[in-house]
Amino acid sequence: MADLSNKKRMALPMQEMPLHPGEERVKNFEEVPIGYSDEMAKQEALRCIQCTKPGCIPGCPVGIDIPAFIQLIEDGDFGGAVKKIRETNFLPAICGRVCPQDKQCQLDCVVGKKNKPVEIGSLERFVSDYERDNGGPVLPDIDPDTGKKVAIIGTGPAGLTAAYELRKKGHAVTCFEAFHRPGGVLVYGIPRFRLPLDIIDADVAFLEEMGVEFVYNMIIGKVLTLDDLLKKEGFDALFIGTGAGLPKMLGIPGENANGVYSANEYLTRIYLMNADKFPTYTTPLVQGNKVAVVGAGNTAMDVMRTAKRLGADVTCYYRRAREQAPARTEELHHAEDEFINWKFLSNPVEIMYDENNKVTAIKCEKMRLGEPDSSGRQKPVGTGETFIDEIDTLIFSLGCNVNPIIPSTDKKVTTNKWGIVMVDEKNYMTNKPGVFAGGDAVTGGSTVILAMGQAKVAAENMNKYLKGEIKWGEANVPDNPNWPGIVWDKPKPKKAATQK
Amino acid sequence: MEDAGGILTSKYKQSFKIMEKRELCPDTFFYAIEAPFIAKKLEAGQFVIVRPNDNGERIPLSICGWDSDKGIINVIIMSAGRTSGEINAMNVGDCLADVVGPLGERSHVEKTDGTAVVIGGGYGTGAVLPTALDHKKLGNKIVGIVGARSENLLLMVDELKAACDDVLLTTNDGSIGIEGFVTHALQKLIDDGVKVTSVLAVGPVPMMMAVCKMTEPLSIKTWVSLNAIMVDGTGMCGACRVSVGGETKFACFHGPDFDGHKVNFDELIKRQKMFVEKEKEALEAVSK
Ligand SMILES: Cc1cc2nc3c(=O)[nH]c(=O)nc-3n(C[C@H](O)[C@H](O)[C@H](O)COP(=O)(O)OP(=O)(O)OC[C@H]3O[C@@H](n4cnc5c(N)ncnc54)[C@H](O)[C@@H]3O)c2cc1C
Ligand SMILES: Cc1cc2nc3c(=O)[nH]c(=O)nc-3n(C[C@H](O)[C@H](O)[C@H](O)COP(=O)(O)OP(=O)(O)OC[C@H]3O[C@@H](n4cnc5c(N)ncnc54)[C@H](O)[C@@H]3O)c2cc1C
Ligand code: SF4
Ligand code: SF4
Ligand code: FES
Repeated sequence: MADLSNKKRMALPMQEMPLHPGEERVKNFEEVPIGYSDEMAKQEALRCIQCTKPGCIPGCPVGIDIPAFIQLIEDGDFGGAVKKIRETNFLPAICGRVCPQDKQCQLDCVVGKKNKPVEIGSLERFVSDYERDNGGPVLPDIDPDTGKKVAIIGTGPAGLTAAYELRKKGHAVTCFEAFHRPGGVLVYGIPRFRLPLDIIDADVAFLEEMGVEFVYNMIIGKVLTLDDLLKKEGFDALFIGTGAGLPKMLGIPGENANGVYSANEYLTRIYLMNADKFPTYTTPLVQGNKVAVVGAGNTAMDVMRTAKRLGADVTCYYRRAREQAPARTEELHHAEDEFINWKFLSNPVEIMYDENNKVTAIKCEKMRLGEPDSSGRQKPVGTGETFIDEIDTLIFSLGCNVNPIIPSTDKKVTTNKWGIVMVDEKNYMTNKPGVFAGGDAVTGGSTVILAMGQAKVAAENMNKYLKGEIKWGEANVPDNPNWPGIVWDKPKPKKAATQK
Repeated sequence: MEDAGGILTSKYKQSFKIMEKRELCPDTFFYAIEAPFIAKKLEAGQFVIVRPNDNGERIPLSICGWDSDKGIINVIIMSAGRTSGEINAMNVGDCLADVVGPLGERSHVEKTDGTAVVIGGGYGTGAVLPTALDHKKLGNKIVGIVGARSENLLLMVDELKAACDDVLLTTNDGSIGIEGFVTHALQKLIDDGVKVTSVLAVGPVPMMMAVCKMTEPLSIKTWVSLNAIMVDGTGMCGACRVSVGGETKFACFHGPDFDGHKVNFDELIKRQKMFVEKEKEALEAVSK
């Protein structure tokens, strides 16, 4: 096979990830993609032409050596492939499943110019599953104890990554989590049918094996302040990975009606508290038969697909057109295959409710697309025409602002006007000496792999700080309330990635 | 977890063990719970969220006292449904799965040359106790009012008497104290010429509403602690939305105490009923 020409490789058909069919999967919470067989994985690997200047690598926020691991798959060395990925990404099973590959690594894959891009995510998922089925990951080398202690606040992907990197450097690491279990949005946001729980638990168990300590039920800022951790508890540096957990609402009449939820509440009741298994688990959820979901981002897709699995007739209300929906293409397709109704160009203006405060209907204004705005997107404009749909449940999926607890309890940690924690863009140090931050707390809501990427940079600099190589005072923290937070530049499409 | 190279200890792990349990009146118990980190940080008016067991629901509970040195927090739990019932079935030595806190902002207490009044009904009598003590520390004159249907349902009276300059009892059946409601006692204070400068009322919503209705025309600053339904208690989910002065607030994060004259109580009462059917189902599931 090795002598296959690039032209032939690029013409090979993409190995479509096998899925459970829509009508079956809406009946359960099982993972939707079934996974590649060994043969399919090797076939897919053949499609990579091993570019000398790959377009894919810059698209991966942690810079995985993508062609190298794909080559190993082609050679049948699946164990070697996962080892290669683990050099830069210690959560491959998670990223392979949830990364928006079409906006990241697969965006500029050369094969994608004429054919479909190489399925990098599916391959990553494949080898990580192979690893789990074959003894699990091998512990990395851990440097000798440094005698330094670090505290990680929050156990989402950012916190877990920072813990991993700092423990490898020989520091003692304690993770503090507000909830009773680790994982952050991976657990209480992303649905099980996209990311099974045992995958997250396996990654946490791996960290515990490395000697990372996890403590739950600890709301930092409230039960221990940053100063307590630094001055009384003897931590030498802190990492804030508290995420973006303040739900946005629209501010329209009727929002406090019974049966109106934020996506956070809805998903938390189900995925953290197991309300779908009520009354074995005692957290209740009231969901009627006609569910309206407002928004068309990834969270909205997750909410709709969850509501569908709980037996409802689900409709998406979004004020722009389908083409402008912020959800990743794959998620939109999955939702479309699961019998969701769509009302694009429909802007909710009022929620109606009865004398018991129970939601009864949603009133929307019909929109049309107007002139493109500064971002080039056509702006939705009101037509003045409205319609009313009867509903019994409404879930707002409009994204989140940043969790305010830490900045509200420590004035040294400064925020921009949207609550995003201000950090030096190079080393992720905050305005408080020894305190670093990363993930959604510094971006205001992005992706798992970006949160991980930032946590890695922060951890690297925390390590330098702990060794005395950088000092606070060298941190260049913005003081502009309009600072946009850490922004990841999507890799600029290269004209022609050079080929071998 | 394993001790990694001797550097890590598990000093942060709390067991949330029930150290003491006392029946105050039928279906209502006082607890002392081991929670050393929370006990160090509590302030008057704050609350915790408790999950009794691994299948359990998270419910908010007001704090009625604590001992930072012993690492103990005190709560009063009235059996309302499945979860409170599950806790009330637990005994000394049992451990709650999770206790998180301290949550919410501390009660509003200022130096006054008049009289501050705290009003409690049910578990609220315990909840106002730390605030009464705060008033006392500031040197304020403080009067407590406690209401119940009947004498045997009054609770925490001795504790409140120790914290206040004076305590007025009211019972609906007149079995002890003033016959009627807490508002009658408040009216009596005012009629007696006491200059009431602030009121904190904690208890059933109708009680808080009645107090506000009475104090509003008199322009007496009145705080109420809103017992909205909660999930996380940290501002993450929005389940605890309440309307205050026409604005949506999160009871767990912006409160639990709010200016009672601005609260939309009608909405609160209806929102509290959001899960009634489910709550019944949960109870029926245990009795089976
Ligand atoms: C429904 C949904 C679906 C998504 N789907 C995808 C997807 O498919 N792909 C993708 O890449 N991204 C997705 N995202 C975004 C992604 O999940 C986030 O960008 C990512 O989880 C951010 O990681 P984080 O570690 O910064 O924060 P989080 O995951 O939010 O974790 C923060 C943690 O900190 C804890 N915490 C907060 N405050 C405190 C405190 N004071 N003390 C102690 N602990 C605290 C929280 O309980 C939480 O566990 C999705 C998000 C949502 C909501
Ligand atoms: C800030 C705050 C402080 C509180 N302090 C105390 C206290 O000190 N002692 C005490 O006994 N009770 C207190 N409560 C009320 C207590 O949380 C509820 O009684 C409890 O949640 C009932 O749960 P259940 O399963 O036993 O009953 P359920 O059958 O679930 O409910 C009975 C009623 O309790 C209310 N309720 C249900 N679930 C919740 C929830 N998650 N959060 C709030 N209310 C709910 C509803 O009005 C419901 O109709 C407080 C509530 C709040 C918000
Ligand atoms: S981590 Fe995500 S972005 Fe990077 S290669 Fe894997 S799937 Fe692509
Ligand atoms: S950009 Fe090149 S190296 Fe990267 S996956 Fe595509 S074909 Fe392979
Ligand atoms: S309980 Fe979730 S925001 Fe208040």
